[in-house]
Amino acid sequence: MGEFLSEINWSPLWISLKTGVVATVIAFFLGVFCARKIMKLKPGARAVLDGILTMPLVLPPTVAGFCLLLLFSLKRPFGSFLLENFDIKVVQTWTGCVIAASVIAFPLMYRNARAAFEQVDVNLIYAGRTLGMSEGRIFWKVIMPAAGPGIASGTVLAFARAIGEYGATSMLAGNILGKTRTVSVAIASETAAGNFDMAGFWVVVIILISFLVVATINIVSGRGMQTRRWI
Amino acid sequence: MAIELDIQKNFKGFSLNVKLKGQNGAMGILGASGSGKSMTLRSIAGIETPDSGKIIINGKTVFDSQAKINLKPQERRVGYLFQNYALFPTMTVEKNIACGYRGNKSELSQKVADYIKRYHLEGLEKHLPSQLSGGQQQRVALARMMIGEPEVILLDEPFSALDGYLKDILQRDMQNFLKDYKGDMIMVTHSRDEAYKFCSQLTLLHNGKEILTGETREIFGNPQYLETAKLTGCKNFSAVQKMGSHELYALDWELLLRTEQEVTEDITHVGIRGHWMRPADAAGENTMEVQVEEYIENTFEHQYLICNKAAKESGTLWWMCQKKNFQETPQENVPKYLYFPPEHVMLLKK
Repeated sequence: MGEFLSEINWSPLWISLKTGVVATVIAFFLGVFCARKIMKLKPGARAVLDGILTMPLVLPPTVAGFCLLLLFSLKRPFGSFLLENFDIKVVQTWTGCVIAASVIAFPLMYRNARAAFEQVDVNLIYAGRTLGMSEGRIFWKVIMPAAGPGIASGTVLAFARAIGEYGATSMLAGNILGKTRTVSVAIASETAAGNFDMAGFWVVVIILISFLVVATINIVSGRGMQTRRWI
Repeated sequence: MAIELDIQKNFKGFSLNVKLKGQNGAMGILGASGSGKSMTLRSIAGIETPDSGKIIINGKTVFDSQAKINLKPQERRVGYLFQNYALFPTMTVEKNIACGYRGNKSELSQKVADYIKRYHLEGLEKHLPSQLSGGQQQRVALARMMIGEPEVILLDEPFSALDGYLKDILQRDMQNFLKDYKGDMIMVTHSRDEAYKFCSQLTLLHNGKEILTGETREIFGNPQYLETAKLTGCKNFSAVQKMGSHELYALDWELLLRTEQEVTEDITHVGIRGHWMRPADAAGENTMEVQVEEYIENTFEHQYLICNKAAKESGTLWWMCQKKNFQETPQENVPKYLYFPPEHVMLLKK
């Protein structure tokens, strides 16, 4: 057992965690931003835009991966533009991991933030306005704290999704050990290579992390409100 | 110091069309649910935007659809007390009140302490709104509104969510706190009692339209219109036929009535408040022989649904009579006749 552990290359775990953190930060701000914008739209436009923003959640991740490849491929305009002007390479790089994970995690953040915003009493916003508070101050001081539990659980879910992302990541970023091989990609390739011990080890790691995440959500979203029991 | 507004707004199946000219002091807007009174108040605060019209507060135009003026709520210096108080749930009492402050930052903490004292909230500075009683919440909301020194304050049904005892206490508190306020106040309510208590001037709304504006006492004494009489709580109405300059025949009660006011051609209805009818011993002018249809016992008064015994098909009237004690049943002491004092007979137009 000790021998087994000492031979493990831990890089997939660090890459997964690093990707998860960065992707969650991106998804958080983008999700909150989009949720805030969409709350100001009229019902028709809202339904359409909401559908578009939710797509990555309902489509197979490979479809997202395919679209991202189309966008960032070095043989295509946008990909080559990024490389020539900013020296940014997305395909087969860690940046690709982050982008893929962000895209997949985004809808979870966005939908949770939006649901949380919808629960906020609109009179709080009006009260803030009549009191002379600026819109920004109302948003960060009144709405965000009031939507706190929903935002927090959205963030945790987004993080969980980001560290577990496989489909889009493997298509966009590939499977380069020490660079783009995340835990989920490692599980797939170890299994394919017949290394069931190694694959099993990563499976246990992922299960542990996922459980921690779910427990965290329960604790965070349960705080501050009464837990209702059905008896 | 005055508020002037003339606004229109159309919704599906409902249109708001209100003209108002408020004088100094406390003004009330009385109307049934769905009459557009909250919408009017929200338009003044700038939370709602009318389709067209004009709103002027103390000589400053805050909304004018033609001149394309529409000041943000932040720029109107209008205080708004929400029905549920809309306290910020994640902020302490202290922080809530600080949100309303608009002046110099260096005086903030001093001012907040000042208002906490003034509204009797000492010791609650670090509490969250959810830890406060209804009365304390209302005081926080008042303090938060008043610390910004608004030119006008708007109260949106401030007592309708409260029950009996607390309501009476809070009404008295509010009257005390508002005593020192120099600006104007507009209160929206569907309760005639609150309107009567708080407002020297009243505007009555019905179906999105203003029907009558005037001194509160005068409106209660002489509501002029059938709808306004209903809004002020009158329950007894009858269609009329004019008989003379001070005489009419109440068709639904089959009763001839002498009136103090002159009966003009446009009078279509007559009304009388159940509290003003008096028992009488004998038949005579403006009296009706009583036949009780139903007894309703209230806490402090008996209510009778009565009709005219002498009539063939009389409509019913409500008559209210103070109780002397809780043992007394409504069936005791029912008078044979009821007298309709001419000075209380209200002449109404449609």
